[in-house]
Amino acid sequence: MTSAHLHAAGLRRDERMERWRLFGLGSPALLLVLVILVIPVGWLFYVSFIGADGNFSLENYERMIARKSYSRIFITTFQVSLLTTALCIVIGYPLAYFMSQLPTKWANLCLITVLLPFWTSLLVRTYAWLVLLQKQGLVNQWAISIGLWDEPLKFVHNMTGTLIGMVHIMLPFLILPVYGAMRSIDRDYMKAASNLGASPRRAFWTVFFPLSTPGLFAGSLMVFVLCLGFFVTPAVLGGGRVIMVSMKIVSNIELFVNWGAASALGVVLLVLTVIILWIASRFLKLEQMTGGGH
Amino acid sequence: MSDKPEALPITVRGVTKTYGRVHALDDVSLDVKSGEFLTLLGPSGSGKTTLLMVLAGFTRPDRGSLKFGEDEMIRTAPHLRGVGMVFQNYALFPHMTVAGNVGYPLRLRKMSKAEASGRIDRALELVQLDGYGERSIDQLSGGQKQRVALARSIVFEPRILLMDEPLSALDKKLRDRMQIELRHLHEKLGMTTVYVTHDQREALTMSDRIAVVNHGKIMQLATPQQLYDRPENQFVADFIGDSTFLPVVRDGQGVRYGETTLQMDAAVPDTRTLALMIRPERVRLVDGAPEGMNILNATVTELVYQGESYLLYARLNDGAEIAVRGAIREGTFSNLPRVGDAVKLGLHRADTVIIAGEGA
Ligand SMILES: Nc1ncnc2c1ncn2[C@@H]1O[C@H](COP(=O)(O)OP(=O)(O)OP(=O)(O)O)[C@@H](O)[C@H]1O
Ligand SMILES: [Mg+2]
Repeated sequence: MTSAHLHAAGLRRDERMERWRLFGLGSPALLLVLVILVIPVGWLFYVSFIGADGNFSLENYERMIARKSYSRIFITTFQVSLLTTALCIVIGYPLAYFMSQLPTKWANLCLITVLLPFWTSLLVRTYAWLVLLQKQGLVNQWAISIGLWDEPLKFVHNMTGTLIGMVHIMLPFLILPVYGAMRSIDRDYMKAASNLGASPRRAFWTVFFPLSTPGLFAGSLMVFVLCLGFFVTPAVLGGGRVIMVSMKIVSNIELFVNWGAASALGVVLLVLTVIILWIASRFLKLEQMTGGGH
Repeated sequence: MSDKPEALPITVRGVTKTYGRVHALDDVSLDVKSGEFLTLLGPSGSGKTTLLMVLAGFTRPDRGSLKFGEDEMIRTAPHLRGVGMVFQNYALFPHMTVAGNVGYPLRLRKMSKAEASGRIDRALELVQLDGYGERSIDQLSGGQKQRVALARSIVFEPRILLMDEPLSALDKKLRDRMQIELRHLHEKLGMTTVYVTHDQREALTMSDRIAVVNHGKIMQLATPQQLYDRPENQFVADFIGDSTFLPVVRDGQGVRYGETTLQMDAAVPDTRTLALMIRPERVRLVDGAPEGMNILNATVTELVYQGESYLLYARLNDGAEIAVRGAIREGTFSNLPRVGDAVKLGLHRADTVIIAGEGA
């Protein structure tokens, strides 16, 4: 027994080796993150503090505070993101619920249909909406021909079009986590609730809904954050009337070649997003802790 | 929970449920007496859960009638049936604390906070979990979860309690203890209880009566002792306890096995084919021919040491093999016959049971 010290040192070395190997597996990804995330973001911060004369200055941020148009852009961005998220919830949650109640075979089929749009490019889908919704588009022609309305309605180059396009593109990001959360809810919970005297409606609101909220929060957060930085769809379907931060960044660079201003916008958007994520994560944890009881 | 809720009898008539070509329940009729502890016992897939789900209202049968007391219930929605149910995997709500779970049915019934918390405390006390109210569900052990599920299902004083293999997830020691506790609880509360298990020992330990189920049919409904000592058919005899069956023939008033006319106390069933049921622990190794014993000559083929008992296999002259189980004490084991020895097996007339043969 004593001669080998029960291999304590050797076992410890094995443990250490294993950890290093694990770290080795992760290192390419770490390197990638460093190269394509940390360095560029650092550069972004740096550039945002460079004024027009090439020296350190806060003018990019001062301009943002001073000019009304900037705050309007931020408000629009949040408005569009919130509305899109809300619409995605209203449309996606019931759909996910429906899917979660289907037998697995049919549910998988539905899931494929939900994921189908991912197979075509964002740009194609956005322009498809333009074709469908414009003044002489399919929707207007068809509605007028069957007498739903007389004058072509304005669906694109405004907020409506932007929202239609964005909701369509964002919907899968909401449905997937919500559906996942719902699938993992044991069907016996609902049976137990109803056995204990809950009507189907009560059972849904007291048991099913609370258990699906982690998925709902995750999905909503994902949609909201993706919306904040969205460019293509609002640019095409908003027709210049819906200006979001991303579009302002592009115009700063393409029209005014002002990298400092564009970077400052990017930094503010990034910081706001991080703050929202941070608040949301606090909120989620609280939710899990206080979810029971009352 | 001081005074017993009034228990209700359950009347099941002609309940049939098919899944495609499978008869999960095949024209089942059953009476559960008020306040009785009745167990549904049967092999996997025999329809026990389906029957329980029909009682709880989660499975809609093809036809049949179900009464709680005088009230027809077959088309009543589950949440209006007022029966308590303990699920196999407990189905405790993970987003609520222990007290939240137990108080759930009371909140649905709009009970005042003060009264509800009194009831929750008493229910938790009853299952010996006082002081666990604020725990979350994932902080509980399997046995504790089982108790919480039980407390939740009795806190609203249902007059009928259903349990689907509530102990199957527990280890053997805990299971044995919970069996006794459930039995005591039933005596205390007195609600009509339908219990599902596929563990025959559990059924024998706990039940007032047992319904043995196979292929969606009730094979026999009787007290544990009747079921064990006087099974009505080979399936029941085989399913409960170990047994060997020897083909026997009617001979005038009596019954003959080979050349031996059997002495017996019990009546012989009225069927075309008959079988002698032999339980290993009822057979003895004998010398000579003691009074009141049926004697069978055999040769030992195998002897197994099993700790508290021995198991001896012996071949009869016609080739049938019979197991004999006996207690080991004072060095019995070393005095037992060896493999190849000729032995006499004695079966007392009180233990000689003739049942309907297979295919009768
Ligand atoms: N939803 C269903 N769809 C199809 N067949 C079913 C369904 N539920 C039960 N069955 C079938 O009905 C029969 C009875 O099933 P049941 O669950 O009642 O058996 P059980 O006695 O509870 O078995 P176990 O001891 O394994 O729980 C089985 O053959 C089963 O395959
Ligand atoms: Mg079952």
